[in-house]
Amino acid sequence: MSDLEQFRQETRAWLDENCPKSMRAPMGEGDICWGGRRFEFKSDDQKAWLEHMAARGWTVPSWPKEYGGGGLNKDEAKILAEEMRRISARPPLVSFGIWMLGPALLKFGTHEQKLEHLPPIARGEIRWCQGYSEPNAGSDLAALMTKAEDKGDHYIINGQKIWTSYADKADWIFCLVRTDFSATKHNGISFVLFDMESEGVSTKPIKLISGYSPFCETFFDDVKAYKKNLVGEENKGWTIAKYLLTHERTGIGDMGMPKPLSAIARDKLGLEDGQIEDKMLRHEIASHEIDAAAFMFTLERAKDQAKAGGDMGAFSSMLKYYGTELNKDRHELILKVNGTDALEWEGQFSNNGEIARNWLRTKANSIEGGTTEVQLNIISKRILDLPA
Amino acid sequence: MAMVLNEEQQLLKETADGFFAEKAPVGQLRKLRDDKDETGYSKELWQEMADMGFAGLLIGEDEGGTNFGLVGAGIVAEAMGRTLSASPYLASAVVGASVISAAGNADQKAALLPAIAAGETVLTLAIDETSHHRPEKTALKAEKTASGYKLNGLKVFVPEGHVADQVIVLARTGGEKGDRDGLSLFLVDRKAAGLIVDRTVMTDSRNWAKMTFEGVAVGADALLGSEGKAMDVLEGALDKARIVVAAELLGVSQECLDRTVQYLKERKQFGVLIGTFQGLQHRAAELFSEIEVTRSAVLKALQVADMGGDARWFASLAKAKAAKTAELATNEAIQMHGGIGMTDEFDIGFYIKRARVLQNLYGDFSYHADRFAALSGY
Repeated sequence: MSDLEQFRQETRAWLDENCPKSMRAPMGEGDICWGGRRFEFKSDDQKAWLEHMAARGWTVPSWPKEYGGGGLNKDEAKILAEEMRRISARPPLVSFGIWMLGPALLKFGTHEQKLEHLPPIARGEIRWCQGYSEPNAGSDLAALMTKAEDKGDHYIINGQKIWTSYADKADWIFCLVRTDFSATKHNGISFVLFDMESEGVSTKPIKLISGYSPFCETFFDDVKAYKKNLVGEENKGWTIAKYLLTHERTGIGDMGMPKPLSAIARDKLGLEDGQIEDKMLRHEIASHEIDAAAFMFTLERAKDQAKAGGDMGAFSSMLKYYGTELNKDRHELILKVNGTDALEWEGQFSNNGEIARNWLRTKANSIEGGTTEVQLNIISKRILDLPA
Repeated sequence: MAMVLNEEQQLLKETADGFFAEKAPVGQLRKLRDDKDETGYSKELWQEMADMGFAGLLIGEDEGGTNFGLVGAGIVAEAMGRTLSASPYLASAVVGASVISAAGNADQKAALLPAIAAGETVLTLAIDETSHHRPEKTALKAEKTASGYKLNGLKVFVPEGHVADQVIVLARTGGEKGDRDGLSLFLVDRKAAGLIVDRTVMTDSRNWAKMTFEGVAVGADALLGSEGKAMDVLEGALDKARIVVAAELLGVSQECLDRTVQYLKERKQFGVLIGTFQGLQHRAAELFSEIEVTRSAVLKALQVADMGGDARWFASLAKAKAAKTAELATNEAIQMHGGIGMTDEFDIGFYIKRARVLQNLYGDFSYHADRFAALSGY
């Protein structure tokens, strides 16, 4: 038996023993385990699942062991993912720390920074938020103006961020600040980490068209941030910001494997002679699912290419653009499949308008993390090499 | 299987790209068209392709082929799509070889496969009878006689029909039009008595034919596979062909994008390169994305079919997506080239013409979207 086959068998047995039954079911937004100082577990099973996985480093399977990870190579990590999918295991922990800050710290952080910040992420103890966008720095992110003044061993930070996801629930922030106002806009930005409980930090949730408030305005009034938490060099933060955006885009484009649209339609509308009765809708669904399947294979191909040593680069912009537009299309179709039932806003039958609210949420997919138009700009310049 | 080309496949790609760019650029198709060439393709080119092993990619080594597999066949088709190289590759080396391999008995394989691989014998499949691909609706009749069968009926849209040596004919030996059962495959000599072949000059300047069967008599040994059970073996072979057609469409689309992007970098209006206009940049970027997504669907289907799995769902996915993307790519190419794209002198018109023919071949977007939905359980 090959080493990998043995790893698969051991993993399967371990998961069978350690993944609680209730954690082997599809997950709604409310079932996500975000971790953090103030996180309240929804169940004992949720807590146990996180603890078992964290103890093995499998909340972040491919991070090095010394930083709280599982130390798995790519093949092993793929097997773990496959085995988790096989039993429909929920991710034990979802966070911006795992998804975004971690990869940036692994690439740009010092050994001390990694030792300090990565293990609490892996264990789900510290929840992070991302301080990027500002009221006047959206698509033009590098125009950001949040000011960090040099005070020797620390900075004093003043300014405002916006669209900070779950800032009101986060423990720490990774934040882009301007450390040099005389340099050109990309060259005066630094990447710093600080505690959201620091004096001078305040947050205000923004109510969205969905009625949800996943985003906040975040204000900094003379906030102290220690220089030991400056990642990379001062004024070189844009490099890290760009790297992280690439990462974020791949993630946003990859919406995972939600319930197939056709299955939703089948459950809702039933079949007649083996087909969805509404022929026009069936056609729309098939068209969408053809694109969705082709895109799913594109994600697989991108991962295989990266594994084979190819540089993902601007290809992530394509994944972000295509994946988010597909997801918007998918939710438009879910709305059509459910008809007026989907438009109920309050009430128990609709779980307080879940379908409508999720549909509205997707409208942000092609705005956050760089708009569709920005992605198309990147593709045309960096891949197609069209003139500026 | 990782969704990247392995070393061997990468090498084949480089070889094929270089070969067709040098030996059969679009100019060759233009010349064949302008000369009203009787064969409709260059026999020298086809022989060279056979010498390169391209005609035997799907044929076993014992039968004179290279057994390279379907991914390789797709790689060559994509390269041909880029230069619109005319040859009986699809009709003979892909469809012909696949059907004979799937349905033929040992004698038939021994007689035909080495000859296909060597480029000596050209095969084709006569399947469609109307303007739309509907194999189950086959009406062409094969009646049993004392010595074999007698064929009566019409076939249209037969690739290389007027030059093929042997024609594989899908005919009804039982059941009613619309039944999956009762269909059989026959091998018929193109020069058989009673077979009237009319070359149909099509939009893409390639070889197509209408075939009228007026009491064409064939021996019992002309039957390929079991009588009445043709669809069981034909569907797999057809799906391979559909995926390879999708690969050629991918090549057409990619070439349209590349030529268009190049044009955007050269053409000036209002004193600047038109490639600086965001309106055009975004259209090109969207097209790039559609082509990349199509490439994944095609590669996945090629790999699944290569491994011998049930490729039906993947084939319909690839063919539908490739057809849709090629429609977009060819339309966008003409629009972004502007007036020059409308001229016959400029090559881009050849691509849109070829694309529409391939889009229809072995099932158009609607056919495959419907099949995809049915196979997905709705």
